[in-house]
Amino acid sequence: MLRNALSVATRSVVRSRTATTLSAGFPRLTQRAPTKYGGVYTVTLIPGDGVGSEITDSVKEIFDYVNAPIEWEQYNVSGVSSAGQDLFKQAMESLQRNRVGLKGILFTPISQSGHISWNVAMRQQLDIYASVVLCKSLPGYPTRHKDVDFVIVRENTEGEYSGLEHQSYPGVVESLKVMTRAKAERISRFAFDFALKNGRKKVTCIHKANIMKLGDGLFLNTFRKVAEDYKSVGIVANDMIVDNTSMQLVAKPGQFDVMVMPNLYGAIISNIGAALVGGPGVVPGCNVGTDYALFEPGCRHVASDIMGTNRANPTAMILSATMMLRHLGLDSIANNIASATFDVINAGEVRTADMGGSATTSEFTQAIIKKL
Amino acid sequence: MLTNRCFARFGQSAIKVPRPSRGYATASPTAAFTGNRESNGKYKVTLIPGDGIGPEISESVKKIYAAAEVPIEWEEVSVTPVLKGGKTVIPDTAINSIKKNTVALKGPLATPIGKGHVSLNLTLRRTFNLFANVRPCASIKGYKTPYDDVNTVLIRENTEGEYSGIEHEIVDGVVQSIKLITWDASERVARYAFHYAQASGRKRVTAVHKANIMKMSDGMFLSACRQVSKEFPDVAYDEDLLDRACLQIVRNPLPFSNRVMVMPNLYGDILSDMCAGLIGGLGLTPSGNIGRDASIFEAVHGSAPDIAGKGLANPTALLLSSLMMLRHMNLNEYAAKIEKATLDTIAEGKSITGDLGGKATTKEYTTAIIDRLAST
Repeated sequence: MLRNALSVATRSVVRSRTATTLSAGFPRLTQRAPTKYGGVYTVTLIPGDGVGSEITDSVKEIFDYVNAPIEWEQYNVSGVSSAGQDLFKQAMESLQRNRVGLKGILFTPISQSGHISWNVAMRQQLDIYASVVLCKSLPGYPTRHKDVDFVIVRENTEGEYSGLEHQSYPGVVESLKVMTRAKAERISRFAFDFALKNGRKKVTCIHKANIMKLGDGLFLNTFRKVAEDYKSVGIVANDMIVDNTSMQLVAKPGQFDVMVMPNLYGAIISNIGAALVGGPGVVPGCNVGTDYALFEPGCRHVASDIMGTNRANPTAMILSATMMLRHLGLDSIANNIASATFDVINAGEVRTADMGGSATTSEFTQAIIKKL
Repeated sequence: MLTNRCFARFGQSAIKVPRPSRGYATASPTAAFTGNRESNGKYKVTLIPGDGIGPEISESVKKIYAAAEVPIEWEEVSVTPVLKGGKTVIPDTAINSIKKNTVALKGPLATPIGKGHVSLNLTLRRTFNLFANVRPCASIKGYKTPYDDVNTVLIRENTEGEYSGIEHEIVDGVVQSIKLITWDASERVARYAFHYAQASGRKRVTAVHKANIMKMSDGMFLSACRQVSKEFPDVAYDEDLLDRACLQIVRNPLPFSNRVMVMPNLYGDILSDMCAGLIGGLGLTPSGNIGRDASIFEAVHGSAPDIAGKGLANPTALLLSSLMMLRHMNLNEYAAKIEKATLDTIAEGKSITGDLGGKATTKEYTTAIIDRLAST
């Protein structure tokens, strides 16, 4: 994996292309375009565990209604037991064929005998290194904080999630956090390019370099070096220690624009961010690399507590799916679906329980379809 | 190669849980206070005023304590580093004083930036085995934030984890940082968390972890917590993923007011500051470091050199920390009395300092608290 990272060019990997959350670009798929036959794209669909199948059903219904030129290749992988491993492998092969996927979150057992996180395995094996999570206040849905609007760019493939752990002596465990300059550089560049293309003004590096002087120090120094290249286009770069960041976020979230950070801090910050704007049910996200793009809710929760009750909020999944449509260049369909979704939330009549309403997942979906 | 490595770990067997072998964590419930009164009926407590605004806010605490007739005699020491054998170290007088008194109150320290300086906080932590950092956060009436129902207690493992300081560059551009988790330290902090829950009337301990990803290290932390929980049948125990905990606290902190959270070092660092953010920042949050050989209570905010000496600083964080200290020393009545006077003064809003939106000086604020003490 590390060898891969080093061989991946340390040059800018971002190519110009319009297709993302807002109006601008993610890396163009390099080797070949996503699978497309007769104007229809084949996309791998992994509903995931918990509420996954309910919220992906909602996406499927909406896509059917608007006749989106998408054909799903669905794999009902479940991480609840290791028995799903064969299916998981098939899903990975499908993703490698199609290059684009939409997925819910797979359950990861906590017990030490359980399998490793397949969510992480996917990100590492496909090298979809950049996780982008958009936290933006929803019009018509006031939370404790107003005017939140920031983007979290999270390194997705190394750091604390290396999976390298050992017990060197009974009762003494070491867990390795691996940081590399190559990956720090590519994620920093990604963040700056994202800022540039989306008209954002500031990129903040989140770190803990005062304690992890070498590991996070490498990340921070690489970020600063990359920042030099973007000075001329007027993007401000600064940095903040992660504990201070979490404090600032819940007190004054308005000061953040684009944030870039190593893996674990991303998990923390994206959850704080989601909480600021209305919870995991409304925050979309995606994971992109040079060859693959995988779209999933930005706040990675399985939500097994409300599984099967038809109460989940599909907004995050629907918005993630619209990000996917933009990625495929289907902007107009994406815009229609996104604005219908925002309209339904703004009108406030049909909302799911997490937003204080009483509508079911299917009622919410129908309301969106009606708007379309 | 990728696939191989990732899947090779599927069959990994569970790690063995060692039996607790060492005595210090298990023998006494925790690092309970065992100090004795002096011949004049007072406890001696080491006071480290600190840098910047430190002396002013320490002065304020001393005045309030004198007015409340708290049976404490301060022993003031400086921890300004001195040269000893070519190294900068904390003066022996300070170390000895804390060792003898086993309790200290500490103002903010300005950490000198540059090479060759060891972090003073780190040195104190190592010298006195300060293994648990206790960070309560409660909404303060009179200082409005978007959250008005915060009442969390977080206990953070303080000696290892991501802050082990073991790092190296393997080849150019590839760095390994080691997160070290040991059974002994995990068990020790878990035990303190349960003890704290029992003593403070909170009936639940929640371990916050990321064991779905770090299965062995955080997994062992959880095993230690689970084992300790069996010794405390009257305290409920559960576990929560770090992600979920962040999300839930920021969405609605109220459900966390009935429990004590316990977690490894880095998570605790981030979450404790996040909780502080909910109630308005570090100027209002107390902190205590519980150790085997001594316990040090401190204000975790900076030394604010920009307003130092101007008499504008807010002593609340240090004062609240000192109240944690009184409770640690079982001087609960005094703590309750001073706490009430302080919170009432802030709630009234007439004499509060600039950082809270008032116009009062440190002295005026202190006097207002003392007046309130006298009138009750």
